[in-house]
Amino acid sequence: MTTLTGQPSSEAIGYSFSKATSAPIREHSFYPYTDNGGSTLGITGSDFAILAGDTRSVAGYNINSRYAPKVFKIGGDDETGEGAHILLSVVGFAADGQALKERLDAVVKMYKYQHGKPMSVMACAQRLSTIFYQKRFFPYYVHAILAGLDEDGKGALYSYDPVGSYEREQCRAAGSAASLIMPFLDNQVNFKNQYIPGSGEGHALEPKKPEPLPRNTVEQLVRDAFTSAVERHIEVGDGLQMMVITKGGIEEIYYPLKKD
Amino acid sequence: MNHFPEAWGRPRDDVYGPYNPSYLQTTGPKTHTQSPAVTGTSVVAVKFNGGVAIAADNLASYGSLARFTDVKRLRKFGNSAVVGFSGDVSDMQYIDRLLESIDIRENYSTHGNTLNAKNLHTYLSKVLYKRRSEFNPLWNHILVAGFDEDKKPFLSSADLLGTTFSAPHLATGFGAHLAVPILRRLFPDEKPAEAVSRDEAVAALRECLKVLWYRDARSLDKYSIAVISEAGIEIEEDQQIEAQSWAFAEAIKGYGAQVN
Repeated sequence: MTTLTGQPSSEAIGYSFSKATSAPIREHSFYPYTDNGGSTLGITGSDFAILAGDTRSVAGYNINSRYAPKVFKIGGDDETGEGAHILLSVVGFAADGQALKERLDAVVKMYKYQHGKPMSVMACAQRLSTIFYQKRFFPYYVHAILAGLDEDGKGALYSYDPVGSYEREQCRAAGSAASLIMPFLDNQVNFKNQYIPGSGEGHALEPKKPEPLPRNTVEQLVRDAFTSAVERHIEVGDGLQMMVITKGGIEEIYYPLKKD
Repeated sequence: MNHFPEAWGRPRDDVYGPYNPSYLQTTGPKTHTQSPAVTGTSVVAVKFNGGVAIAADNLASYGSLARFTDVKRLRKFGNSAVVGFSGDVSDMQYIDRLLESIDIRENYSTHGNTLNAKNLHTYLSKVLYKRRSEFNPLWNHILVAGFDEDKKPFLSSADLLGTTFSAPHLATGFGAHLAVPILRRLFPDEKPAEAVSRDEAVAALRECLKVLWYRDARSLDKYSIAVISEAGIEIEEDQQIEAQSWAFAEAIKGYGAQVN
C-alpha cells in the first residue's frame, strides 16, 4: 500500500499500486522447435548434382507421415516446380524448413522478374546464407543443402548450418543420420584412407586421388548410404527421394525404403 | 477532486481494502498463453474412395475435469471442407471466428472462386506458424479434411508449431498412439485410399473412437463424425459409442468383481 505524499498520514486515502514481488520470475515454457528427423544427402559429379532425402517425418517415437518430401525445386514456373534450375533440401524442424523453402523460392522468382535472367547457383547460395543469418537470434532450425550447376556446367553443392555458415563441397550428408553417412561418403567419394596398392615402401603409400564420379555410381552410393542408414537409425526410412539436376533439367526418382 | 492522477480510477483502500498483488507476476514475460486451459482430445480422420471421414468426441476437459460435454470440435468450412480441432478450446473458437470472417468475405467477393480444403490448410498452418514465431502460440493440433484443387480427397495436419504433414490416415493427441496403428493395420500402404469404401472408413473411425474411449482418460462416449464427399458434408454431432464390451475385465485382477 502506498500513501500519496502531502497528506497527514492519519487522513490519507490509500491506493494500491502494482509493485514488484519476490515471487520467482516464471520463464516461457513454450519451446518453439521440434525435431522432425530424417536425413538428406548431396553429391556432385562433373556435369550433374544429386540431392536426396528420405521421406519419413517423425515426432519423438511417432511416425507423422511416410511421405513428407525434404527436397524441393527452387524457382520453378508453377507449383510443380517445372522449369526450376536449383534444388534445396532441408532437414531438422520441418515448419522452419517449409518457411525457408518458400522464402528462397520467392527470392529466386523475384530475381528472374527483376533481372530478366535466372539466378546463378552461386548468387542463390550467398542469398540463402543471408536469409539464415537474418534470423541469427531466432534461427531457422534446419540444415540445408543447395544444389545446381555452376557457370561451367559442373555440379555445385553448398551446405549450411542453421545460422548461415556455408561452404561449397563435393558431398555432404545432413540430418539425424549424417554421422552415419558422412564417413561413408568421405571414403567412397573423396577416397579418404584409400591408397594405391604397391605405390610406396611400407606405410608410405600414395593416397588415391579423388575425381568426379559417374552418375550411375553416385546414384548407387546414395541408395547404399540410405539403405544402410535405415538399418541403424530409427528416424530414417519409408522412402528415398532423389533429385538429379543436369543441363537437361531435373529428374526425380523415388525408391522405397524399409518402413519399420 | 483528487489531485493525484496516478490514483485516478484505482480502488480506494479504505473502501475495498488493500490489493494483494503477491500472486501476480508484475515483471517478466506474459505467461498465460503458454499453456492450454480447456482442451479437446484426439481427432481421427481417414481418406476413402471419393472423400474423407473425420471424427472427434464432444468433450472439452479442464485439466482432468470433464468440464463441457457438448462441444462440437468439427467445424464446417464452406460446403466441402471440415476442420477438426484438438487442444485449447478458446483458441479453437478464435480460429473459428477467423474462418467465419474469411468465409463471409469469400462469399461476398465477385471472383467466384471458392477456397478448398488445401487452401484452408495452407492458411491455417501459416497462422499457427506466425503465432509460434511470436512466442504466442495457438495451442491446437488440427486436421483439415476435404478436397484439393483437382477434386481429389485431401487430408492434412497442422500443429501449434506450424509443422504440417499429410497421410492417408491421421490422428492427433492420444489418437496418434492408439488410433493410427489401428488405421494402418486396416488400411495398409498396399491398400490405397481408392480401395477403401466409405462404409469401411466410417466403421474404422467408430472403432478407433471406441478404443480411445476405453483407454484415453480425457475422452467421452459422445462424439461427432463428418463425411466429406462430392455430395457435400454429412455431419452427425450426437453419436454414442455402442457395443462396448468389458468382458475382458473379468480376467484381469483388480478390474473385475473378484476380490483376491
